[in-house]
Amino acid sequence: MTEPLLQIIGLRKSFGALRATDDVSLTLRPGEIHALIGPNGAGKSTLIAQVAGGLAPDAGQIVFDGRDVTALGTAARARAGLGRTFQISALAMDFTVLQNAVLGALGAGGGVWRFFRPVMRDAGLRARAEAALARVGLTDQAGRRTADLSHGQRRLLEVAVALTLEPRAFLMDEPMAGLGGEGSKRMTAFLDTLRRDAPILLVEHDMDAVFALADRISVLVYGKVIATGTAEDIRANPEVRTAYLGEEMP
Amino acid sequence: MRREAIINTAVYLALPALAVAALILDEPFTITLATRAAILALAAVGLNLALGLGGLVSLGHAVFFGLGGYAMGILASHAQSYAPLVDGWIVIEGSKSMPVIWLVAVLGSALAALVIGVLSLRTSGVYFIMITLAFGQMFYYFSISWPAYGGEDGLSIYVRNAFPGLNTLDPIQFFGLVFVLLSLVLWGMSRIARSPFGMALSAARQNPARVETVGLSPFRLRLVAFVISGAVTGLAGALFADLNRFVSPTMFSWQMSGEFIVFVVLGGIGRLFGPVAGACLFVLLEHTLSGVSEFWLIYVGAILLLVVLFARGGLIGSLAGREVADD
Repeated sequence: MTEPLLQIIGLRKSFGALRATDDVSLTLRPGEIHALIGPNGAGKSTLIAQVAGGLAPDAGQIVFDGRDVTALGTAARARAGLGRTFQISALAMDFTVLQNAVLGALGAGGGVWRFFRPVMRDAGLRARAEAALARVGLTDQAGRRTADLSHGQRRLLEVAVALTLEPRAFLMDEPMAGLGGEGSKRMTAFLDTLRRDAPILLVEHDMDAVFALADRISVLVYGKVIATGTAEDIRANPEVRTAYLGEEMP
Repeated sequence: MRREAIINTAVYLALPALAVAALILDEPFTITLATRAAILALAAVGLNLALGLGGLVSLGHAVFFGLGGYAMGILASHAQSYAPLVDGWIVIEGSKSMPVIWLVAVLGSALAALVIGVLSLRTSGVYFIMITLAFGQMFYYFSISWPAYGGEDGLSIYVRNAFPGLNTLDPIQFFGLVFVLLSLVLWGMSRIARSPFGMALSAARQNPARVETVGLSPFRLRLVAFVISGAVTGLAGALFADLNRFVSPTMFSWQMSGEFIVFVVLGGIGRLFGPVAGACLFVLLEHTLSGVSEFWLIYVGAILLLVVLFARGGLIGSLAGREVADD
């Protein structure tokens, strides 16, 4: 078995009496999509925030690429190669689509401490940004203002910005959220190819997408991982069925 | 040319046109008025980098304005009295040379901005406003209670400082000098706004989480912006003191900081020529309305209210329309 790229070891986070993350251990191996599912309020977003660096855990360790990153901030983890997308699109809304992608390339490529040369004339940054936009199919939208994009297009742009970072692993918080059936299918097909670039830790509510994509699935309930396994294992697991009682299980 | 470019050109040329017209009509006071507008514009152009591009509502920019002013006052007063500024194992003389004074003003206010920035940029929103205001008040009361350089009464300099090859006491020559500096700074700001740094700073204003996610630190971007911003406002302070040949604690007052914000808001937040338009309009209103009524600021307040309510892009914004993303 290949060495995992991302290891979450014994992570704990409490808010008062609420154990939002309760001794969670997970791994992300090269080339895989590891989906994290769970009912609402299970602590998925809290967990993602701790992995991305926005929230400090009470205990436990996050090891990325053989290096303990638990004490690093969001920016440092991004530089280490963790490409994150948000549940609610976090983009510079006044920028054009291309400018948002160039910002990503700028963060990844360095050279932000330059004060005189126009950034949009930097051929290297532009090429990197345009390549990312082409991969998600937003080339023809490059000149539009981001605020004017449709919801689905923003989701794609979010992924494109993550692509410009050429990350070693993706951390995606509900990339399908708010996409229609057709949009979800397109995104699913795209993520399926993306795993060849880098493995994906995927938080997702769309069960069709999860079962189509995930090599492994972990189920989070009340802050605890109650099961980890392949799609078949998870479908057959009685505990998971109980946790999802009342919710549709494919 | 885009519409905003045409308006910018008009705003830019208004001041020298006014100064030249006043020269022909032999109205030196009007030239001085144009110089005052240009200097206040420069101070606000400095603030605009932090406020407009960086989204940092600093209510303490008078600190840098005042430091620039006192850099001029202290250096010139020592040169005037032939008493060295520092007389120990090294001797530092005062100076009546503008380039030297400008350098000291810029470095001094940049250093102050670095310290204030490190301490205040950890906060945001209303806390940032309050901390910068508190720093402003600290400098204000310090300047009042420190008797060495005039304390509350301020400090008069009898002869305007010198610039090689110019007679700075001639109003039009001093105006020309100020206008060249304003132009250079505006050019620099236009470069910064489109540079990699400017883009990242603007993104940090729009969405700090996005900037962090691409591996950049919003704090560092804002700190550098704050330092450059403070340095420019400091330069304006030195010129302002030279214009009046007088420095006083008023330059440190929070009303001064407030006026800079008003210039930027009146003209158009984040627009390159916004602070220039705002400062010119303010000086114009001050000049015309103060003749009409002692309470002329009421009218300025009413205009500001209208701008904030109905013309969010300020003067430039309402004339030029929405900002076009440039490529």
